[in-house]
Amino acid sequence: MSDKPLLKKADFQSDQAIRWCPGCGDYAILAQTQKTFPQITEDKENTVFVSGIGCSSRFPYYMNTYGFHTIHGRAPTIASGLKMANPDLSVWLVTGDGDGLSIGGNHMIHLLRRNFDINIMLFNNRIYGLTKGQYSPTSEQGKVTYSTPMGSLDYPFKPTKLALGAEASFVAKTIDKELKHLQAMILRANEHKGTSFIEIYQNCNIFNDGAFAKLTDRDTKEEQLLRLEHGEPLIFGTEKDKGIYLDGTTPKVVKIGHEYSIDDIVVHDEEDRFIGDMLANFTESEEFPEPVGVLYCKERPTYDSLMSAQMDESQKGSKSSKGLNELLNAGDTWEVK
Amino acid sequence: MSKKAKIETVDNVTIRFAGDSGDGMQLSGGRFTQTSAIMGNDLSTLPDFPAEIRAPAGSLAGVSSFQIHFSSQEIHTPGENPDVLVAMNPAALKVHLKDLTPGGTLIINKNAFTTKNLKLAGYESDPTEDGSLEDYYSAHFIEMSKLVTLACEGIDLAPKLIDRTKNLCALGVLFWIYDRPLEPTIEWLNKKFKSKPDIVDANVKALHAGYNYGDTAEIFTTRYVVNKAKLPAGKYRNINGTLATCLGLLTAVEKSNLSLTFAGYPITPASNILHTLANWKRFGVKTYQAEDEIAGIGAALGASYGGSLGVTASSGPGIALKGEFLGLAIITELPLVVINVQRGGPSTGLPTKTEQSDLFQAVYGRNGEAPMPVIAASTPGDCYYTAYEACRIAVKYMTPVMMLSDGYLVNGSEPWIIPNPDDLEDFDAEFVKENLTDEQYLPYKRNEETLARGWAIPGTKGLEHRIGGIEKQDVTGNVNYDSDNHEKMVQIRAQKVANIANELPPTEVFGEKEGDLLILSWGSTHGTCKSATESLLSENLKVAHVSIRWISPLPNDLKDILSNYKNVLMPEINTGQFRQIVRAEFLVDAIGLNEVQGKPLGASTIVAKAKEIINER
Repeated sequence: MSDKPLLKKADFQSDQAIRWCPGCGDYAILAQTQKTFPQITEDKENTVFVSGIGCSSRFPYYMNTYGFHTIHGRAPTIASGLKMANPDLSVWLVTGDGDGLSIGGNHMIHLLRRNFDINIMLFNNRIYGLTKGQYSPTSEQGKVTYSTPMGSLDYPFKPTKLALGAEASFVAKTIDKELKHLQAMILRANEHKGTSFIEIYQNCNIFNDGAFAKLTDRDTKEEQLLRLEHGEPLIFGTEKDKGIYLDGTTPKVVKIGHEYSIDDIVVHDEEDRFIGDMLANFTESEEFPEPVGVLYCKERPTYDSLMSAQMDESQKGSKSSKGLNELLNAGDTWEVK
Repeated sequence: MSKKAKIETVDNVTIRFAGDSGDGMQLSGGRFTQTSAIMGNDLSTLPDFPAEIRAPAGSLAGVSSFQIHFSSQEIHTPGENPDVLVAMNPAALKVHLKDLTPGGTLIINKNAFTTKNLKLAGYESDPTEDGSLEDYYSAHFIEMSKLVTLACEGIDLAPKLIDRTKNLCALGVLFWIYDRPLEPTIEWLNKKFKSKPDIVDANVKALHAGYNYGDTAEIFTTRYVVNKAKLPAGKYRNINGTLATCLGLLTAVEKSNLSLTFAGYPITPASNILHTLANWKRFGVKTYQAEDEIAGIGAALGASYGGSLGVTASSGPGIALKGEFLGLAIITELPLVVINVQRGGPSTGLPTKTEQSDLFQAVYGRNGEAPMPVIAASTPGDCYYTAYEACRIAVKYMTPVMMLSDGYLVNGSEPWIIPNPDDLEDFDAEFVKENLTDEQYLPYKRNEETLARGWAIPGTKGLEHRIGGIEKQDVTGNVNYDSDNHEKMVQIRAQKVANIANELPPTEVFGEKEGDLLILSWGSTHGTCKSATESLLSENLKVAHVSIRWISPLPNDLKDILSNYKNVLMPEINTGQFRQIVRAEFLVDAIGLNEVQGKPLGASTIVAKAKEIINER
């Protein structure tokens, strides 16, 4: 960064009144984002937040950057077009489990495989909030809601697994109440060249309160959370005495000390797709802890850079100002006097 | 020239080439078109192909055709009943014979009339043997497959490849009958198959074989000359609607110093727009094949938001999917051009056939009060000016614009005076450069004349602002649910579109300035209606033709024009959509002439209807 005065959190706060329900997890995510952004950019005019429809998608109104609140599920399409038009912009996409995985599921997977340099923050509260409490594609099977009085029949997505299946080049998970961790993930997503997918567990205190309680309650969370660090063994627990052991290709939770030592525990490698897939499978599992952090990160050329390269390649040796007349006069022509 | 054939001069000829999808009829038609264009005829063409890419060979479903109407006079339509039908197999004969003018010329590839092919086409006896054709037509049964095999003796190519040159043989016969030079086609073949000299050789030999057959076989008693047409002076080329559309888009961005970002999803008959533009990266054109129709318009709108001119194209079913995004473009007031190449509907309908039935969809097909300019192209070449105008208005008024085209326009072709882009109005796109106040930037502050808001693109310091699909507060653009504000914004958005009418040129009236009948058309029925009007005027009837370019907003002078005629006839390839709009807008008892057969209207139908109206009322 240059010697320009650093922006402050307040510089990223817009003048709009925030309209989320009191106690919503979205407040924490917004605050951490505003707090982190001075470290991300000193030119807020180059940042654009794009969203779809849903509670999370109101986010752009509260960031004092450029923002586009689009239509339900379609934010990835606007973000992709924007990035094509101006690859220099820092484009952030804010979506939810309904917006990003249900109505917008198709755009989501295609954005991930194309690998535009765009950062996705998917707020997962496992419920439809704005439409007042229907089950979502991440709700647990059997969920009783207004639309499923006898329990939902749908089997849920694991968003990080879906992202990896869609060939995402960066997949991370964090939680609204893990403030420092949330900031760290935002910074990591920003550093990554390519589509970064951050799933953020977010509590909806009105329609799905406590969905992530066991991951956020002080008493239980360290037993439940597997905090991922690149190059570090996959250990967890209040005493850091449990770890992930690979029996062939089958992961197992083992206790460190007697039969297994720390050396038997899998060391996290963000570039290892096998480990990424394994961790994504741990989501909502009875047997395994919930991984938070960067599950997978491996750069490959972005769509925008490949497109720019093709544009440059095509323009070698030709001058575009002569192009139009050349095209208009191409093929057989004749004069009528 | 053969001494035996007599030479006759004619003004107008319509030829239809018909054969199996794999018989190369589009190519034969295309080469005949190009040669006739170079010879100075006016012309108009209509390709027609099946929806199936490879329908079973020899089947009725697999028949593909190409019609060319060429003339020593100005013409406006691809013709109705052909004077000459080339039928490369029994199925082609079966499908198209009913259209051939009584006494017309029939040229048949005799070798394709095998038992199997006859059965596939549903013939119980061979019409080339049973004498059923000769009484009604000037029928010629030519063994084209045999001719090309003999002509290509010694060329080291598989018999199958040699047989494929029979379309050139058929073309050669036609070139002889209409006294056209072979050189342009030979030059073209040399260029097209540069790296395959054997293929060039075989095709050239097949072409000569057909030509020489005409010259020596003594079966044709007459040759025809169609003289040069008296066309306006200028440099010409032949053009189809797809290319014209793309050139119009490119001209618009060059004249406005914008970049073009085209995003679309493959759909017949619009895909060729994507294909054409994808080859123009060297002119700075970015193209994007999206995952679906919605993503196509979304990416185009995202590009416009970023300061490029976003364009998408589709056909009716795809436009239906784009509807919600049109609403977003309208409320966020961003420029966007959406091209609808109409085809037969509803649903998948007739994907390869033409229709004008998406007019209501274009004008009304969105939720809420969502006014949007709609412009329609009238001829293949006019697609150039229409696309240009759609872009200009989109940028000037900060609005999405729907351009209506159709299957006939994009695939049809006509001679075209090559335009000079300098003659078109410049429209420098201006982005908002800075915020001159200390306050927050006001994204919905408007130009007083046009009511357009400023185009403030991300990356510009001091203009940070948020837009979206929720109702905007006037001026500030903040989210606002106030009822008075909503009504005001509804009115502003409507007024902005209505304002476009103030800059439209006077509507052109062709024919009598007042009289018994006005023929009012929009879109691709222009040519047919103009031909019909010419014919009616030549009989001293008090008629006129007006072709409407802007469907929304309608031109301000249309009301007065309508009042100058006792009757208004509105031919459309739908059940009367524009007529409903005109009746509602002007309380005029317009009469419809509606055919929905997946093909252009015939001028003779319009002439007959016009006379009926004039005589009855």
